Amino acid sequence: MQTESTSPTPPSAHGHHAKPLAAPHVHASGAASHPDAGTAVTVRAFSSWYGSFQALKGLDLDIPSRQVTAFIGPSGCGKSTFLRWINRMNDTIPSARAEGTLDLHGEDLLARSLDVVDLRRRVGMVFQKPNPFPKSIYDNVAFGPRLHKHYTRAELDELVEQSLRSASIWNEVKDRLHSSALGLSGGQQQRLCIARAIAVGPEVLLMDEPCSALDPKSTLAIEELIEGLADRYTIVIVTHNMQQAARVSDQTAFFFEGRLIESGNTESIFTKPKNKQTEDYVTGRFG
Amino acid sequence: MSAPRSAASRLLANRVFLVTCLVATNVAMLVLAVLLISIFWQGWDTLSWKFITSFASRKPTDAGIMAPLMGSVWVCSICGLVALPLGVGTAVFLEEFAKKTRFTRVVQTNIMNLAGVPSIVYGILGLTAFARMFGAFGTNVEEAITLGNEDSLLFLRLPFGSSVLAGGLTLMLVILPVVIISTQEALRAVPGSLRAGAFALGATRWQTVWGITLPAAIPGIMTGAILSMSRAIGESAPLLVLGGLLLVFNTPENLMSDFAILPLQIYNWAGRPQDAFHEIAASAIIVQLAVLLLFNGIAVFIRQKLQKPLQ
Repeated sequence: MQTESTSPTPPSAHGHHAKPLAAPHVHASGAASHPDAGTAVTVRAFSSWYGSFQALKGLDLDIPSRQVTAFIGPSGCGKSTFLRWINRMNDTIPSARAEGTLDLHGEDLLARSLDVVDLRRRVGMVFQKPNPFPKSIYDNVAFGPRLHKHYTRAELDELVEQSLRSASIWNEVKDRLHSSALGLSGGQQQRLCIARAIAVGPEVLLMDEPCSALDPKSTLAIEELIEGLADRYTIVIVTHNMQQAARVSDQTAFFFEGRLIESGNTESIFTKPKNKQTEDYVTGRFG
Repeated sequence: MSAPRSAASRLLANRVFLVTCLVATNVAMLVLAVLLISIFWQGWDTLSWKFITSFASRKPTDAGIMAPLMGSVWVCSICGLVALPLGVGTAVFLEEFAKKTRFTRVVQTNIMNLAGVPSIVYGILGLTAFARMFGAFGTNVEEAITLGNEDSLLFLRLPFGSSVLAGGLTLMLVILPVVIISTQEALRAVPGSLRAGAFALGATRWQTVWGITLPAAIPGIMTGAILSMSRAIGESAPLLVLGGLLLVFNTPENLMSDFAILPLQIYNWAGRPQDAFHEIAASAIIVQLAVLLLFNGIAVFIRQKLQKPLQ
């Protein structure tokens, strides 16, 4: 994997999601477009801006399918920004734009013609602070599926139960499915949010510091859940907690000041980092 | 650096503040109590079922408020039915859909300004736009274009003249800015994380508004609606301009009916020299307060009903 980022090309004047690169796509080899192939998300020379501020500078990265990839780095290094490009949540920020290649199984995620509604069904997201809707536990999980298709009551019951089971919260809530989700503890709320994300059947789960608002016990429950989900979903997790990255992830990418400094196998990043900055960060000398 | 503040002085400040707040609350309560007691003192004896069900009369003992009562109910219902969808729709568009451009800023500023325009000005606008329709159909109601039978519920006439429809629409103009602004405030109070959560599940903007944002904002929207409707029920000036009638001897039958309204009737009776009229004015005020409570009660009921899933 890359150890040094390339210098970014200057932004074009009005390039909102501009991607004039007509170059042949990376999946020309054929292997990458297969859903079970090694790489889920392919990133090449990816840069992004908020207005005139460049948040990400020439990233090159492969996010493997059905593994846990952790993004680490100090605050403001761009890891959350990058996460929010993968499901195009940055679309809600008018001044945000990006250039370069960002593909999910060979499909261009920066294309103007991309159906972001469908993309977000395929790429779920769990936020830093648990954000259950002010509805019942059942309706929280059922909200997503109902957006996309009509279900019979029985199908929906089945789907809600499966999703809650997958998020290891079914036993705690099965007797109060129709009471408010706001009555759950923080850790339960976050697992409910994971169940909600799973319910729409995504391929990729993005998690933006999912444990930063939780106590150690709830954090442990979420981490065990992530490990359990990794064989079915491609998981990308942003974390400030180095131990967490080491515990749950297969791959780790270290971001610093908008650049991807180093990425690779988690064990090698933590035990024998190639880059001095990575070493300083993972050993706790800064950040 | 600065001298430490003694516990005694801080306690004193605390007590002074508490007393100030208590006095303020009690002054407000006292004024309300004096008003209510004096009205009930004057008006309770003359308040009867006959008073409520009778029409206007020169003799205070025969006079009743059937016409203005039903007029107020008709006008305020029309006002609410038009103003709430329009106002909530405008607010949802401005808050959830419109890009923040120079145009939306101008619209926003103008709505703020409109909320402060004296209601009599809206009366003049209502007279021109609804009652006379800019003279486009002639100046005389006999020349008007009519649709449907005069006796049916669906009867319409252009221009509207001084009808309940013109009255309701004029009141709608008065409360629309308040409805828009209070709805916008309620929508802004919905945490952005809920919208983000919905978008992240693949909800469209419309699905997010309908499924998440509006339900979460309903209590705030209803509070604004209650305040606006209270104002609409109490407004008299704009309808006075519209040709507010006093001697109406029937209740509205359709949108084109003539109408009287309670506040104008109260004003008229209270302005007469005879004490007997002052008493029935007080009785009419009691009825007006009851109508106000009824409208608010309905709004609170709807709010509770819609809030239930949140408990």
